[in-house]
Amino acid sequence: MAKLMPKRRLENIGLGITGACVALVAIVVIALIFMVAQQGLTTFFVDGLDPIEFLTGQHWIPEQDTYGALPMIVGSFAVTLLSTLFALPIAIGSAMFVVEVAPGFGRRVFQPFIELLVGIPSVVYGVLGLYIVNTAMRGIFGDAAGTGAGILSGAIVLAVMILPTITTLSIDALRAVPNEYREGSYALGCTRWQTVWHVVLKSALPSLMTAVILGMTRAFGETLAVQMVIGGVERSMPSGLLDPASTLTAALTAGLSNATSGSVYYHALWSLGLLLLAMSLIFILIIHVIAKRGAKAHG
Amino acid sequence: MDNTQQASARKVDGAAGEGHRAVTGVESAISVRDFNLWYGDFQALKRINLEIPKNRATAFIGPSGCGKSTLLRTFNRMCDFVESVRTEGTIEFDGKDIFKMDANELRVYVGMVFQHPNPFPMSIRENILYGPKRIGKLSKSEADEIVERCLKRAALWEEVKDKLDHSGLGLSGGQQQRLCIARALATDPSVLLMDEPTSALDPISTGMVEELMQELSVDHTVVVVTHNMQQAARVADKTAFYYLGELVEAGPTKELFASPKEQLTHDYLTGRFS
Repeated sequence: MAKLMPKRRLENIGLGITGACVALVAIVVIALIFMVAQQGLTTFFVDGLDPIEFLTGQHWIPEQDTYGALPMIVGSFAVTLLSTLFALPIAIGSAMFVVEVAPGFGRRVFQPFIELLVGIPSVVYGVLGLYIVNTAMRGIFGDAAGTGAGILSGAIVLAVMILPTITTLSIDALRAVPNEYREGSYALGCTRWQTVWHVVLKSALPSLMTAVILGMTRAFGETLAVQMVIGGVERSMPSGLLDPASTLTAALTAGLSNATSGSVYYHALWSLGLLLLAMSLIFILIIHVIAKRGAKAHG
Repeated sequence: MDNTQQASARKVDGAAGEGHRAVTGVESAISVRDFNLWYGDFQALKRINLEIPKNRATAFIGPSGCGKSTLLRTFNRMCDFVESVRTEGTIEFDGKDIFKMDANELRVYVGMVFQHPNPFPMSIRENILYGPKRIGKLSKSEADEIVERCLKRAALWEEVKDKLDHSGLGLSGGQQQRLCIARALATDPSVLLMDEPTSALDPISTGMVEELMQELSVDHTVVVVTHNMQQAARVADKTAFYYLGELVEAGPTKELFASPKEQLTHDYLTGRFS
């Protein structure tokens, strides 16, 4: 009996420590949501701003106490959707090549290569974007592009940044398609591309959607690199893709250094944070819904 | 269905081998001549010479690693996907050298059913139409006709006719395998290759698939690889026994089981080794 005692103590200690870890994570998440919500909602409940006007207002001029977040909302969604649109075909195309055509090359060369891209700090992308993309914009579109900063430049830089994420996840998705499906298709006389198109992509669709959404989440939340190339103009609505604009994240970062704690401006910035939080929750929700549907479709 | 009647009229009765049809003097669907196959340095098939009779069932038996599956997968050139595979000699299908044919075209005429049922993650209807749709455009009525005919032929129609739009993955293992047979029939092949098609199935499903093999061999050339000697005795008109990459003996099933010419065949059939 006496020998069992230390064992039981170990059990309790293990249970205590792991349980504490879970509790800590839960507390952090809840505290974070609570904090952002409390500060972000102050704008509406204490400072008396109309939440509808906040979401749909087309001007963001703190000096005049005008807080319309629509220019940044539009900016965020525009760069997110555009960058996904640019990155997706390239990501899925290279994933198809790497999984279906040259698996050896994919594992040995391409994947380490693409993983390298993930590790590059975003400020490097920003600097490169500033020198290459913005200059190219000026070269291609001339005066219409102004300084070269704008939504299109932001989207291109973001596309490069999310490319490795979407590519890596797409490779995993295609690789997870059981080989029996491919064999079944070949045995019916189908060519490689018929097989890839009609069976492999089709059965990998839920995982590919998850890859896309995770890429979008990354694009939506990226701050620094976008801030450097998009122009940082949140005062009014951008009128085109070449117009300088801003995103929720960029405006939040830029504004915090100017806002005095406790002011309406300060609270309005928290509201932007709350909006970002809500959006990322929605993205995660979509991923869960897709995963559940995918599981159902596969019996 | 007349095929069913024909098949049951044959009264196939276990190893007794009654009802086996003649295999000599029958036209060949596939002829294998001096065929060798290597995986890298390993020779998996050695100088195989074999005739597969047309519209008969032929079984390949032998211990694991004897090359029977390799030969089967060569008939529809699925072996092309194995890296470092090399062949020598000829295999003729309907008088044409299969290695000079377009592999995708060959596979339309030489269908295959695998060891593990592998329906695509699509509806039952889409599974059947997958092959035909890749070959050409289909009208709604043509498509319906193919789905019904193939499912009936695979003895699955009654069980699934009300849920053609449900996922093929929702079916039981035995139903999935019959769906795969129906899917293979949809491109109207003349040869059906079956690679241990019942080894993942329960006894009742196995019985149904065996019955199907016999029915289908009325107007299809069926070649089945099996680990189960009783299965070969029940369904096959001709049986070929392989050992270590060599074709030891091939002949009418009844003769091969009753009076094998080779000592090795005799030892295998009596369970001396497996």
